[in-house]
Amino acid sequence: MRIAVCVKQVPDAAVHKRLDPGTGRLDRAGESALNPTDVNAVEEALRLKEAQEGEVVVVSLGPEKAMESLRKALAMGADRAILVSDPAAAGSDLVATSYALAKALEREEADLVLFGQQSSDADGAVLWAAVADRLRRPMVSQVAELTLEGGKVTGKRQTEFGYDVIAAPLPAVVAVSDAINEPRYPSLKGIMGAKSKPQEVISLADVGAEAERVGEPGSRTTVRSSAPPPAKSGQVKLEDDGSAPEKIVEYLAEKRLV
Amino acid sequence: MSTLVYLEAHDGDLTKGGLGVLAKAVALGGDVAGVVLGSGVRDAAAKAGAYGAKTVYVVDDDALAAPLPQPRVDALEAVVGESGATNVLFPASVLTADVAAGLSARLDAGLNWDLTDLRLEGDDLVGVRPALGDTVVVEVGWTTTPRLALIRSGTFDPSETGGTAEVKDVAASFQDFSRLATLVDHLEEQSSGPSIEDADVIVAGGRGLGGPEGFSHCEELAAALGGAVAATRAVVDAGWYPYSAQVGQTGKTVSPKLYIALGISGAIQHKVGMQGSGTIVAINKDPNAPIFDFADLGVVGDLTQIAPKLTELLKARR
Repeated sequence: MRIAVCVKQVPDAAVHKRLDPGTGRLDRAGESALNPTDVNAVEEALRLKEAQEGEVVVVSLGPEKAMESLRKALAMGADRAILVSDPAAAGSDLVATSYALAKALEREEADLVLFGQQSSDADGAVLWAAVADRLRRPMVSQVAELTLEGGKVTGKRQTEFGYDVIAAPLPAVVAVSDAINEPRYPSLKGIMGAKSKPQEVISLADVGAEAERVGEPGSRTTVRSSAPPPAKSGQVKLEDDGSAPEKIVEYLAEKRLV
Repeated sequence: MSTLVYLEAHDGDLTKGGLGVLAKAVALGGDVAGVVLGSGVRDAAAKAGAYGAKTVYVVDDDALAAPLPQPRVDALEAVVGESGATNVLFPASVLTADVAAGLSARLDAGLNWDLTDLRLEGDDLVGVRPALGDTVVVEVGWTTTPRLALIRSGTFDPSETGGTAEVKDVAASFQDFSRLATLVDHLEEQSSGPSIEDADVIVAGGRGLGGPEGFSHCEELAAALGGAVAATRAVVDAGWYPYSAQVGQTGKTVSPKLYIALGISGAIQHKVGMQGSGTIVAINKDPNAPIFDFADLGVVGDLTQIAPKLTELLKARR
């Protein structure tokens, strides 16, 4: 049983995130961390591994320094890390990223590919579906409860209309919700041990990805411009002196909201 | 330019989200068609005519009975081929996010998500997306067609134009791998009143409610306004209210006409899920709560005093 967990390095939550005005891309110069909801996917992979043996490999696409973040997954208990790092991949959008990642995953031949809920930098929550289509594998997303039994995954998820329970045979792609578990903290022993676990940095050529299908040439979307959001105007703030309920009703009536 | 709008059918009707996006597509101009995928959905599909669609493509197939994305990618691939659409717009939902991304890979077509507006610049379509916790507004584009876009839920309102649509059946063939995932159980959520995605008014509660019983303030006020009740992540985590009502980064994104926040501090996690609301009213006893930075009307005070009286006043007006 091999479980591949797709993870991403993102700017640390404490860092004030900004876009590079020249490229429209995220400025990744500051402190970085493992994308918070990817940690839930790593945790879920470790639980599955502990229940039924196997190997957990974390797979990422990013700059070489992203390996620092992958080491956190190793410290938690993942067995090895693969980082596809190539200057040609910079600026990849969904089309290009899903292509490169699918190539890397094909090389790993994992029985189960796991994703976290959402990247905290691009706010994307869609990559798994694109990767699953490229891998031609069944996919279940937003999974809040996951079981693996008899060569089949079963996931419970919430939608706008209620709860769905969806089953899929392995090999499959599953994206977990951050409600699925409470991730462990790496132990000191785990942190020390992470350093000696296999950590491979490979190029796009190593996974058989064609250069023109990644990075800017392979992308189909662009960032045209960015600006601060429009400021709110006409804000009113008042202290309740006992008349707040009446004042709220007046305000709502004026705006024709009641 | 021809635009295809993905319309979601549920219980024999088209959802408000899809019809809202349809209204925007009509406003942009060009040929506008809807697409409805499902089993037994032809009657629902025909209803799109009254909202501005000239044509509605329908793939009616048992393979589409369950709300699963992968067979829908196959069906949509066939419809995009048949219609020659240059734009494919989706109202964002748990299901459509996966359908749009799967289609993006299938067609190598660009997908922009979480858009709060669309406009034309010459022949170019431009999307507007709040990014980085809504601290910056980014304009995005596409380099090829078809251009795929997921629209943030609640962004556009449906507009009843009258009229009828020609319903065109499209046959789809399904990939083997698309049919491997199966729905084994479905539990419809029982709720009274509108869902938070569809509600024009939302009354949301946070830690300032003091405990699960504090949600009675939200429920009574929501009932008086014909609205729905939402909650912050903190109180959902604490077990005060169900996850289905959670608004924010890891919950739902809503944009009702009126959002009343009771005892909510306004952390960025929550803000990104609701700041698209038309008018935001916040009641909080902490004058320094961040929510006052983006509330239209901020009231510093005790919500347990203010909310019941407000509810009474609103009931008296009806």
